[in-house]
Amino acid sequence: MSIIWSMISKRLALGLLTLFVISIIIFGATELLPGDLAKNILGQSATPETVAAFRKELGLDLPAHTRYINWLLGALHGDFGTSLANKRPIADLIATRLSNTLFLALYAAAIAIPLSLTLGILAALYRNSIFDRAANAMALTSISFPEFFVAYILIFVLAQSGWFPSMARMDASTTFTEALYRTFLPALTLTLVVTAHMMRMTRAALINLLASPYIEMARLKGMSPARVILKHALPNALAPIITVVALNLAYLITGVVVVEAVFVYPGLGQLMVDSVSKRDFPVVQAVALIFAAAYVLLNLTADVLSTLSNPRLIHRK
Amino acid sequence: MTDFITGGLSRRGLLKGATALGAAGLILPASVRRAMAEPKKGGIIRIAFASGNTTDSLDPATWDSQFVQCFNTARNCTLTEIAPDGSLVPEIAESWEASADAVTWTFKIRKGVTYHSGKSLTPDDVVASINYHRGEESKSAAKPYVDPISDIKADGDNVVVTLSGGNADFPFIMADYHLVILPSADGKIDPMTTDGCGGYVLDSFEPGVSVKMTRNPNYWKTDRAWFDGVEILAIVDAAARQNALMTGEVDVIDSVDLNTVALLGRAPGIKVLPVAGNQHYVFVMDTRAAPFSDANVRQALKWGIDRQELVDKILQGYGEVGNDLPIGRQQPFYNTELEQKTYDPDKAKFFLKEAGMDKLDVQLSVADSAFAGAVDAGVLYAERAAAAGINIEVVREPSDGYWDNVWMKKPFCASYWGGRPTQDLMFSVAYSAGAPWNESFWDNARFNELLIAARSELDETKRRDMYWEMQSICANDSGTVIPMFASYVMAHSDKVGIPEVVGANQGMDGLRAIERWWFA
Repeated sequence: MSIIWSMISKRLALGLLTLFVISIIIFGATELLPGDLAKNILGQSATPETVAAFRKELGLDLPAHTRYINWLLGALHGDFGTSLANKRPIADLIATRLSNTLFLALYAAAIAIPLSLTLGILAALYRNSIFDRAANAMALTSISFPEFFVAYILIFVLAQSGWFPSMARMDASTTFTEALYRTFLPALTLTLVVTAHMMRMTRAALINLLASPYIEMARLKGMSPARVILKHALPNALAPIITVVALNLAYLITGVVVVEAVFVYPGLGQLMVDSVSKRDFPVVQAVALIFAAAYVLLNLTADVLSTLSNPRLIHRK
Repeated sequence: MTDFITGGLSRRGLLKGATALGAAGLILPASVRRAMAEPKKGGIIRIAFASGNTTDSLDPATWDSQFVQCFNTARNCTLTEIAPDGSLVPEIAESWEASADAVTWTFKIRKGVTYHSGKSLTPDDVVASINYHRGEESKSAAKPYVDPISDIKADGDNVVVTLSGGNADFPFIMADYHLVILPSADGKIDPMTTDGCGGYVLDSFEPGVSVKMTRNPNYWKTDRAWFDGVEILAIVDAAARQNALMTGEVDVIDSVDLNTVALLGRAPGIKVLPVAGNQHYVFVMDTRAAPFSDANVRQALKWGIDRQELVDKILQGYGEVGNDLPIGRQQPFYNTELEQKTYDPDKAKFFLKEAGMDKLDVQLSVADSAFAGAVDAGVLYAERAAAAGINIEVVREPSDGYWDNVWMKKPFCASYWGGRPTQDLMFSVAYSAGAPWNESFWDNARFNELLIAARSELDETKRRDMYWEMQSICANDSGTVIPMFASYVMAHSDKVGIPEVVGANQGMDGLRAIERWWFA
């Protein structure tokens, strides 16, 4: 077991380093973008004097490295600062949006992961059957449409008939069951988008193993196909499946801005897009770090689980 | 990315189709029309705006989207108000008068106006609120409007403003939505305050998401603020916004997608409300740079554009043909005798020849952040101008950072103006020599001279003559092609009562829909 703990601690340390590097890259990238917050807020009505005064007030007239170091010192003390644009503490801006984003991601994952694993296993079990082909065709169709198109179709079918609301509005008074109801359409959209990837990976990993000699042995022993797959093939196929599930989870957290826009769902994606387009650097930085942390942690979890699923890695000599 | 969400070009076809499906699903027989009723109190109005942004702020120096402008106009008051018919009416200033040279203006401040916090409004608040936008430290977008103020001070119940030069239209400037009156202490306002003296009290403000307000029970206006409360939402996606209106989740939306407006209008219980205003879309040339420095080239480009086609195809008919004047037809002193320019390749050729050219090659920089449909408009322009020997190469610029990197940097580019309530303001802001937003860098001596003379002229006839001459110069000599005036297109449920005359100076009934509209 110690191998796992040393791996976790090593990876966490590396993760922190990654976050640090990412913060530098994000800062550099926002610096490279043309214009700054003062110019973007004032837009067409900017004059050189007002832009200069605005910059001074925001501290944008300081050299880039000074601004970065100031931000870093604050962040190390747990203070991510305030939004340049509306002076609100970033922690406040992000708190509800982060929980909204995580809620939607987990909701979609709770539908998508069991669904795609079941479909994948069944597809492998009944390879080349009508079911296999139909499931593949449906999954590939839904992943091929742009997200907003899937969303509009769902709104057309399920919202205009009055079954589900088309706007996933949430506030403090929304109860858990109400939230599940209101966010059903966005969750379903995301499910349709991510299912194909996970399902096909499950199917491919299993089918790959089905050609191995030990599976042939199991079959020759007279085991049922279901038992062959669940008991003998699946445990060995877990590593690639876990990796692809983790990747999709990360996508559900970081890449859903279009779905947020269509369903008017206040998540992190919209905040990120708005802040980038207005060059609100501290907010961009904070959201980017959350996204990066999601990737780092999910990848770490995937690696730990993959290792645990493989006795050869745990009991290394 | 923003393009992608709001239905940018590459996705437009799909978006259009998808919304069409959505709208078609709702068409039911028999819609009920209500007669226009007298305003009455009650109800919570829910409005969805296209423009809300997570970077929106309460600071009046930075109100750049209709979302913030509208809810802050409901929360606050300005000195003067532009009435729906375009005239100027009192708000916090009960009355005003000018000295004979229009240099000194005295505003009598209304008594008995209180803020939501209970504090009374004083002339000192007015001075502090205007001063916030003035001076070296100011970062306000309204700074150029208040820069001509050389002195402002409270005098008993009055506020006396001294200008650096005469301006007969000065009270119009005081109606600008940035220049709200906020409570002050020691001559300073707190720009981030949630207080205000308008018809609605701010309950919550979640930037880029929503605003909730309730009626101010102590509002001094008795014939305004009919709704009990207001809920404002930011719905950036055009299809989602229309869908929210059709499924009854909101009562009013702004910025209707013109590609699907016909379908929306057919949905039962929904009314489309187009308002012809002063908002205009322009193609602007840098008059300092060759070949645009030649007035004949500018004329050629003005005759080589098919204005009617742009109104039909880009605005879907929701607009009017422009005549290279930044002045709306309904504005005072509009020159009705000026010849309307049409699409005339022969005339364009003639002017090219005058400039000593057979053909002209120019690059036109466009992006949809200049105005919705700017890229398509540029392509149509190029198609038509080709017949006159003008070869326009349309350069698609990135929407992001357009105002920073393209506008007033590239010699020929697309731009837009919301319009100004008076000619003087419009011309001073964007057409007078040396003005910070003179986007064409146009410098016409006679025009500039007339502009200053007309500004302080209190005699109406003389003023009219001057403005007519200026418009003639502007239409023929300026570096700005103004092919179209775009209407503000809103939509609302038929439960909402709308006054007969709707303000055209800005969108949403001059930003005052919240206090002017009611539930029928």
